[in-house]
Amino acid sequence: MIRLQGISREFLVGDQTIKAIRDIDLFLDAGEYVAIMGPSGSGKSTLLNIIGLLDRPTAGTYLLADQDVTSLSDNEIAGVRQTKIGFVFQFFHLVARLSAAENIALPMILAGIPPAERRERVNKVLGSIGLSDRAYHRPDQLSGGQRQRVAIARATVMNPEFILADEPTGNLDSKSGQDVLRILEGLNNQGIMLLVVTHDPEIGARARRLIRIVDGAIESDIQQ
Amino acid sequence: MTIRDVIAFTIRSLQGFRARTILMLLAMAIGVAAVVMLTALGEGARRFVADQFSALGTNLLIVLPGRAETSGGPPPLLGETPRDLTLDDALALQRIPGVRRVAPVLLGNAEISVGARNREVLIVGTSGDYRHIRQLDIGQGRFLETPDPRRMFPECVIGGEVRNELFGVQAALGQWLRLGDRRCRVVGILGTEQHSLGVSMDEIVLVPVALAMAMFNKESLFRVLVEARSRERLQYTKDAILNLIRARHEGEDDVTVIAQDAVLATFDKILRALTYAVAGIAAIALAVAGVLIMNIMLISVTQRTAEIGLLKAIGARPRQITLLFLSEAAALSMSGGVVGWIIGEFGSWLMVQAYPDVAISAPAWAVCAALGVALLTGVLFGIMPAKRAAKLDPVAALSRR
Repeated sequence: MIRLQGISREFLVGDQTIKAIRDIDLFLDAGEYVAIMGPSGSGKSTLLNIIGLLDRPTAGTYLLADQDVTSLSDNEIAGVRQTKIGFVFQFFHLVARLSAAENIALPMILAGIPPAERRERVNKVLGSIGLSDRAYHRPDQLSGGQRQRVAIARATVMNPEFILADEPTGNLDSKSGQDVLRILEGLNNQGIMLLVVTHDPEIGARARRLIRIVDGAIESDIQQ
Repeated sequence: MTIRDVIAFTIRSLQGFRARTILMLLAMAIGVAAVVMLTALGEGARRFVADQFSALGTNLLIVLPGRAETSGGPPPLLGETPRDLTLDDALALQRIPGVRRVAPVLLGNAEISVGARNREVLIVGTSGDYRHIRQLDIGQGRFLETPDPRRMFPECVIGGEVRNELFGVQAALGQWLRLGDRRCRVVGILGTEQHSLGVSMDEIVLVPVALAMAMFNKESLFRVLVEARSRERLQYTKDAILNLIRARHEGEDDVTVIAQDAVLATFDKILRALTYAVAGIAAIALAVAGVLIMNIMLISVTQRTAEIGLLKAIGARPRQITLLFLSEAAALSMSGGVVGWIIGEFGSWLMVQAYPDVAISAPAWAVCAALGVALLTGVLFGIMPAKRAAKLDPVAALSRR
């Protein structure tokens, strides 16, 4: 579970301070399916980055599984990201020179998991996204939808508690987008919390909880 | 992350940016190859000179007319000598117990002619012992025989080249030729391709010393070569020579005796310094390659911002990212170094093919130093870019496509 209390994030642009996030309180329970929507520049990506520990808030406390993560060192934060959080990005962020299997194995390499286990787990997740026959293809030999599926496999291979997806379908045609969403929702059904930042009202409608952000503050928070 | 994983990741990224990798390898290879080849050349020259000297025998003492100010120093180039070093002096040296052989040497240029053919040659007036001291090979006939060096036997031994030019295909042995204003008979021909101190013996003519003295109207010898009976008695023999000459020259120390060891040591020192100097110059190329590596790695960090951001997002510690980039720089410089080493050895091999007399090969210390410096520069110049990569803000890094 995730608990944000009084989280703010300010940026210094020139000599002006811009508040991207203002004093947000938020509680997300394990296994939830949450969509965050809002206009461009509303601060939804900043919120996602803070939740994903890629960014640090300038004020407030952040409890992740009852642990205060705002005071952790860079190394400790990297450890939390590694074991608890999986990221899915709009632009996939696959390493172009590595094959699909190698991309999926990356988090396990960084975590120091032995090669035999890596291979086994890569094969398993490749099967679950239906790309077993594409294991040795490089990203430029895969379609957009396939790339995003590889990215999801990479995000799940460490068995995280949360998956944070920033516009996961933003760069895909609608059919591939549907496939990707189905896979993400499938993971959610297995108990992984799914947090999606999106512009797409359809995804917003599919999520069980919809949070709208405007000007860095929560405007509405609806259970659907 | 195990070392194997780091190596595998490094190899994949070196393969992934092939043009960059090849350029970097080239830069480093040129630096290392330069060090290897130049030190090989320097060492080759040093060894060549050392070999030449030891070919003369390590028991050799050289007596020069004239006195150097300081004892043990190099011989004076333009020694003013009050007294000549005469043939009688040389013959007297033979009576010293520690002396095995004595060869007086007198040099001069003269015209040599046979029939209509003639040329200018270097005449060496000496005695029969010269052959043993200089370890000359006789191709045909015999060497000078000088039971009494004071007598002017009209005979000569000629170098191979002189023989070819003057006699062509005709037999030379036993023929008479004109040497300056004298006539003498060819009694021997030197074997070909003989060198003494880098001077080809192909183009000289050896005559009995008395004949040379008469031809050039000189009493004074150029020098006297003395071979001591043993290396251990070298110093004793040297002192004995000095004492004897002092007694013969009315109490004046007006000759210099140098052991060829001393000359060798001097040459050795000079050539070693030269080798260090060229190695140092070549090392500049290594430093340049190091700066290039830093440059390329910085560009690489900028190009791969998104990848670094991703690595951070999936849990890479700053230290791991530093390690990955450092190992890339190290791998680049190390493999560049090895390629350079191979190129350098190949270059040395080519030089050996061109100059088989000179044993050109890079000393182990130079190879180790070049590879070590290559690795060190790679790592040192890789630190800054790697640190920069580790410090990248993941949000900013990931916001790029």
